[in-house]
Amino acid sequence: MRKDYNLEKRKYVIGGFIILIVFVYMIKLFELQICDSKYKTYADSNAFLKKTIYPSRGLMYDRKGKLVVFNQPAYDVMFIPRDVQPFDTIDFCNTLQITREDFDQRISDIKNHRKNPNYSLYTQQRFMTHLSAQDYGRLQEKLYRYPGFFIQKRILRKYNYIAGANILGNIREVNNTDLKNDEYYRRGDYTGDLGIEKSYEKYLRGTKGEEILIRDANGKIKGRYNDGNSDIAPIAGKDLTLGIDIELQKYGEQLMQNKIGAIVAIEPSTGEILALVSSPTYNPNDLVGRARGKNYRRLVNDKTIPLYDRAIMAAYPPGSTFKPTQGLILRQEGIVTPHTAYPCYMGFIYGRLKVGCHGHESPITLVPSLRTSCNAYFCWGLKNMLDKKSKYGTTGNAFETWKKHLVNMGYGYRLGIDLPGESRGFIPNEKFYDKVYGQGRWNALTIISIAIGQGEILATPLQIANLAATIANRGYFYTPHVVKDIVGEKIDSTYITPRYTGINSTYYEEIVEGMRQAVTSGTCRTANLKNIEVCGKTGTAQNPHGKDHSAFMGFAPKDNPKIAICVYVQNAGFGATYGVPIGSLMMEKYLNDSIAPERKYLEQRMLESNTMIFSGIKRNY
Amino acid sequence: MELRGTTNNKDASSIFKSIDWTTLLLYFIMVVYGVVSIYAATYDFDHASMFSFSEFSGKQFMWIGISFLAGLSMLLIDKRLYEAYAYPIYGLLILLLIVTIFVAPDINGSRSWIVFGPVSLQPAEFAKFATALALAKLFSSYNFVLNKSLGNYLKCAFIIGLPILLILIQKETGSALVYFSLVFVLYREGMTGFVLFIAACAITFFVVAIKFAETTILGIATGMFSVLVIILLIAIAMLFIYCKSFILGRNVLIGNILAAITAVILHFCDIQVNGYWYFGAVYSAMIIYLLVSMFKDNLKRIIITISFIVGSVIFLFSVNYMFETGLKSYQQKRIKVALGVEKDLKGVGYNVNQAKIAIGSGGFIGKGFLNGTQTKLRYVPEHHTDFIFCTIGEEQGFVGSMAVLGLFLALILRIIFLAERQRTAFGRIYAYCVASIFMMHLIINIGMVIGLCPVIGIPLPFFSYGGSSMLGFTILLFILLRLDASRREYSY
Repeated sequence: MRKDYNLEKRKYVIGGFIILIVFVYMIKLFELQICDSKYKTYADSNAFLKKTIYPSRGLMYDRKGKLVVFNQPAYDVMFIPRDVQPFDTIDFCNTLQITREDFDQRISDIKNHRKNPNYSLYTQQRFMTHLSAQDYGRLQEKLYRYPGFFIQKRILRKYNYIAGANILGNIREVNNTDLKNDEYYRRGDYTGDLGIEKSYEKYLRGTKGEEILIRDANGKIKGRYNDGNSDIAPIAGKDLTLGIDIELQKYGEQLMQNKIGAIVAIEPSTGEILALVSSPTYNPNDLVGRARGKNYRRLVNDKTIPLYDRAIMAAYPPGSTFKPTQGLILRQEGIVTPHTAYPCYMGFIYGRLKVGCHGHESPITLVPSLRTSCNAYFCWGLKNMLDKKSKYGTTGNAFETWKKHLVNMGYGYRLGIDLPGESRGFIPNEKFYDKVYGQGRWNALTIISIAIGQGEILATPLQIANLAATIANRGYFYTPHVVKDIVGEKIDSTYITPRYTGINSTYYEEIVEGMRQAVTSGTCRTANLKNIEVCGKTGTAQNPHGKDHSAFMGFAPKDNPKIAICVYVQNAGFGATYGVPIGSLMMEKYLNDSIAPERKYLEQRMLESNTMIFSGIKRNY
Repeated sequence: MELRGTTNNKDASSIFKSIDWTTLLLYFIMVVYGVVSIYAATYDFDHASMFSFSEFSGKQFMWIGISFLAGLSMLLIDKRLYEAYAYPIYGLLILLLIVTIFVAPDINGSRSWIVFGPVSLQPAEFAKFATALALAKLFSSYNFVLNKSLGNYLKCAFIIGLPILLILIQKETGSALVYFSLVFVLYREGMTGFVLFIAACAITFFVVAIKFAETTILGIATGMFSVLVIILLIAIAMLFIYCKSFILGRNVLIGNILAAITAVILHFCDIQVNGYWYFGAVYSAMIIYLLVSMFKDNLKRIIITISFIVGSVIFLFSVNYMFETGLKSYQQKRIKVALGVEKDLKGVGYNVNQAKIAIGSGGFIGKGFLNGTQTKLRYVPEHHTDFIFCTIGEEQGFVGSMAVLGLFLALILRIIFLAERQRTAFGRIYAYCVASIFMMHLIINIGMVIGLCPVIGIPLPFFSYGGSSMLGFTILLFILLRLDASRREYSY
């Protein structure tokens, strides 16, 4: 055979060619497997389905250990569009008890990128939320007929008492702001809205768990990854014990029905809130589940704004309930002594200025002036204080001193209750009047009405109740709070640290005496219970909206007080007509557990009365 | 020619003495590696046993057994029988391919499988060794020199082209493509390298033109612009090196530089240069110049150069047309995906993307045996057949993929070595056919899996699941071993 050595060299070309190709492939493999790490992530997100396990949300108990808020299971119908295969739509609609039109509407809403920006063929979509147990049962049986659909268990709230909606709050699905502010949340999660649910969200929600499942290319679950050893168990939310007495809360809401206003009851020795009634209120169950959206819109559109927690958000003129603060300041500042008497001839009359009063003895000292709720006494007192240049130099300085005392008593700023949305009320300062009247163009007479809790002064029912608690404690208070105890955690130290007003406790005794006399022989006689020494102060606040607001502030018993209270009823007239009866019934109910037979008529009258008609608001449902 | 008995004991023992154990060892390693990979690829949670016949790896074991028997038989058959019966075997397989077209059931659009009860075979896999035998026989015929006449080329083209045609009719484009690799054999036997050069140019022009078709430079698609520049560069290089004409090369080079400078100056004078006009002018000027001066120098080579230039330009302009009209839309898509023009991760690109994720997620040492999620959870389609390399890449990482590439490279280089030590043209041609076929399978299969080639469904020899391919490649290789074992016996 002839051998062509020239051609034999071509083996190097062919060999070289395959070596070159293999070399190129090796470089490509090096790049894929060693240089680029993104493929590992892709592979994991392909193969591992991380399924969230929702923790159960913390429960709430009242101060007597009664279960108030707990969880109920709810079922959401989910589907992955890619996995859906043709199915009997009519049968599906019948199972879920929806119409064909409803079905089409839901599907088109889900596919609408504006309404559902995260729509994808490959991810879970929520078809329907909050199935009832019956619907769930029916669907569960037939689920195998609808490939691509599955059921996700969720947790909803359930309430044992139709009371305290404003305190408890509710839960809602997270919105874009929540998602942005807190990495914990994923779309579709629930978060607390309003009340304790909101302010204690971090304790109540617990920690989500994760179950890692192995998923094949068809989206079929093949089993648990690593036999479940890599799963993360959820940690249940922390249970809360509230300072609220749920029965008292419910009673307060009943007394306040058909009235606009608030009741705040505080245990003076701890600052725990016993009841926090805002009226009108709503049924907490209305904001649970599928009906939430509809009911929420109804509540928002209601002209009586039930979602507005008047007990902590509304700032009212405190009226005569403000007078004890004035007595305390005058005594502390040495403007008056127990024996200082001011004249009252049917009011405070100074030149052309007249602040009216009603018939009682004159001249009058501190204790009787509280008993009779004399306007003139406190006007004289404030005038003498603001005019006392020898002590303060200027009216402005005197006024700032006055304000400082009020702030120490909890007025003018948020008290710091553990509920969202608290209002700060209003106590003016020197600058405020300089701005309104001009510097040096105002004096005690210009602003005299603040002495009797009118004028610019505004306070929340919570602040007024806190004043009652401070007087009950003779000079200090604990920041009012609704949560008494968190399982396994300590409550915030601000709620267990007493805040002193800086006013001598002996002056408080004089105020207590005045308030006791108001109950025994003064303006609050309706509150005079047989076996309990009640102390109280009425308030009748003029306001630009119509009939006077009726207010009451008090505590009981006089020694070793157990309850301090504020009742505020909008446009209901004299403090004695609504404030005092409701306040006394609340105290009686809390301290005696029942209403004495001879006071049943009072309870009946309060339950049946309607003052909402005087407020000028027509309910639109 | 005298024929001897096929079952001669003396012959058999001498074969095992002189057989190439290196190739045999490589073969056994690859077969075992392959079946282990199939086991890993098809491993399921409720998988019974590696040897159960109902499972892929079990079935593959059965086929390996059959292949060993077939390989042994190949070794025991007298060497001269292969040469004597080369054409009849080829004829038989061609007949089988024709029959297949009519009797094969339609499986995913292709009619290439003959079904015997539970077993189905793909004749296209067996036509490979038959074609190799026929080609070897042709070359070993008396006084056959490839370059002696055009008729010899036509004979080769007939032997290679017939199975290609039949397999194309069966709609097995991938398998048909493999036969084109036999061009390497023709090259080894004297076909001018110019053909390979033209083929390389054609592939380059095609890839560049399609890949950069989306943007434009001077009103021409970037791809086309680049190719026109490349043609100019090649032409200048050809004038210098191939035509050995310094003056022509220099003048064309200077002319082009001047033209380019002019275009740049015009561009800065805010006169828009149209690319078509520019290249039209440059190419016309160059060709006219070459035509005028071609008689002064090496006439034949300058004419070839001119033909190359004209042919390239015609090819380039017809590429787009061919691409749009000659290929089916799914083929266009596969090519575009392979070239990275289109992503299409949910359609054609899904396979390649998932394959790359599988291999890429393996890292350096892989996820470990049976721990691959991409392949086991069926994200990679055909994970035990054409995409078997994914399982290796995912579970054994860079180390595993290097091992597989290394094994194949060793095998192919060893076969080339075996080819060159044959004393007969028959042995040498056959060996080169085997090497070419393995090369083509390796290049296309792994290229496809790592996204460097379009998706063309052909198996990775000895690794991919499938009886026909296992048996076909074993026969192909063992005939070579048999020829090599007795290379010293006869000399023509």
